Amino acid sequence: MSAPAMGTSKTAHTDSSNKKKKGPGTLATAYLVIYNVVMTAGWLVIAVGLVRAYLARGSYHGLYYSIEKPLKFFQTGALLEILHCAVGIVPSSVVLTGFQVMSRVFLTWAVTHSVREVQSEDSVLLFVVAWTVTEIIRYSFYTFSLLNHLPYLIKWARYTFFIVLYPMGVAGELLTIYAALPYVQKTGLYSITLPNKYNFSFDYHSFLILVMVSYIPLFPQLYFHMMRQRKKVLGYVEEYSKVE
Amino acid sequence: MDTLALEATQPKKAQNGAVSLLPGPPTPAKRKPAKKTKKAVVFFEVEILDAKTKDKLCFLDKVEPNATIGEIKSMFHKSHPQWYPARQSIRLDPKGKSLKDEDVLQHLPVGTTATFYFRDLGAQISWVTVFLTEYAGPLLIYLMFYFRVPFIYAPKYDFTTSKHWVVHLACMCHSFHYVKRLLETLFVHRFSHGTMPLRNIFKNCTYYWGFAAWMAYYINHPLYTPPTYGEQQIRLALTVFLFCQIGNFSIHIALRNLRPPGSKTRKIPYPTKNPFTWIFLLVSCPNYTYELGSWLGFTLMTQCLPVAFFTLVGFIQMTVWAKGKHRSYLKEFRDYPTLRSPILPFIL
Repeated sequence: MSAPAMGTSKTAHTDSSNKKKKGPGTLATAYLVIYNVVMTAGWLVIAVGLVRAYLARGSYHGLYYSIEKPLKFFQTGALLEILHCAVGIVPSSVVLTGFQVMSRVFLTWAVTHSVREVQSEDSVLLFVVAWTVTEIIRYSFYTFSLLNHLPYLIKWARYTFFIVLYPMGVAGELLTIYAALPYVQKTGLYSITLPNKYNFSFDYHSFLILVMVSYIPLFPQLYFHMMRQRKKVLGYVEEYSKVE
Repeated sequence: MDTLALEATQPKKAQNGAVSLLPGPPTPAKRKPAKKTKKAVVFFEVEILDAKTKDKLCFLDKVEPNATIGEIKSMFHKSHPQWYPARQSIRLDPKGKSLKDEDVLQHLPVGTTATFYFRDLGAQISWVTVFLTEYAGPLLIYLMFYFRVPFIYAPKYDFTTSKHWVVHLACMCHSFHYVKRLLETLFVHRFSHGTMPLRNIFKNCTYYWGFAAWMAYYINHPLYTPPTYGEQQIRLALTVFLFCQIGNFSIHIALRNLRPPGSKTRKIPYPTKNPFTWIFLLVSCPNYTYELGSWLGFTLMTQCLPVAFFTLVGFIQMTVWAKGKHRSYLKEFRDYPTLRSPILPFIL
């Protein structure tokens, strides 16, 4: 469910502008354009890195290592988006954006980075590819929107690709977390046991299972929200062309 | 019904030279207008529209000018029994603020045909019910952990008690706190609103009951570690806790005394003879200040991280409430003391 971060940000614009928000000023707009261009470029680097590594090795396995660093850098960089909402230059909910970005960062660092044994899993490639394609489209969408010159193709891609990419990303994420479970249990990673001075305990293994379970209520909600957004943004155009 | 036309067709019942318009057969709900007035009493017509769809939901004619919104809500309830008055939001503007039950029809900016907009607030539940439920939970849940009821800890610990005296003390403090809250709900507090949305009870109970279970689990755990600085720390913590419990209670009593029984008046609270209320000089919502203090005391007493989390979350929520209350005070009272902060003297 980290896969989309689509839709909820920009299209929430029309939903959330029941309070009159003046858009970002020129300086903020310039900054945001640069930010979105850099992010688009970053994810393109990751995409190219994946393709090149695949061609060099001749197999799908172990491609994570070839893009590990840019993935970590650009996915973590997305934390800035929470700041953008908090400061008000992007008209999205801080809570929603925070949740989406944190779930991506969680998967990148607290699962994939922390549990070395899962890095060679194919499920990692599944969500990395989903994220890469999604983010390239999403950040170029924002870039063009800010410049008031949005090609229909990008808009269409943003509200259509998720239909496949979202389940693909979720599958990759869940499989990766699942693969990490035995290693977390064995090593007691990030876990605190009793007794201790602060009378607190935390079982990371149980926590990961809880995270997996939370996908069940959350994924359908987000997915159908995207579907509704799609109908709203693209739907009327298709009907119009049918009439003609 | 055109009341002027009515006047023309019926003979006036002149009383002391006064002209008054009477409806045909008097209904029990209508009082005869005062005999002393020389003015004609004009009855209002009230139409209630749905705020979203603008459908005409109800039309009331011959409404007395001094009818209150509360009375109008009762009349609306008769024609729509599923919408009891507590779940009705009546406003002048579809997107405007709700009118109060005490507002009088003729004092509102409406013509003799008043148009109101209705929004359904959803199923309602009384504040008292919510408070009793959300406070009874932690009281009972904590005791279940204290007595180590089966299926919580390992079977060999079932129905045993902790060997640490601070655990017994903590149980007494926690239980005292919630018993105090229950008694205050029944006998002290004077609520402004009768009801709140039904879904709040699920939200609130999850919060209170969930945190109570989480804290109680660790404090009453067989592997519980008592505070690092031992008796000194516990004694200090208990002092802080009791001081703040008394303080919190004093504030609740002071606030209750501001408001005559059955009323919803709002006045600026001031320090009384009780020294625990002197904090009103510096703070708008000292009940929250003392509540924070109590939980800080309890955290210190138990040296338990989940208790610290609970204190933090509670503090954040109470700060939000205190800031809101402080803002309302400033808006409502021109002469509101400027030295006061919402919850923490000079700080927040």
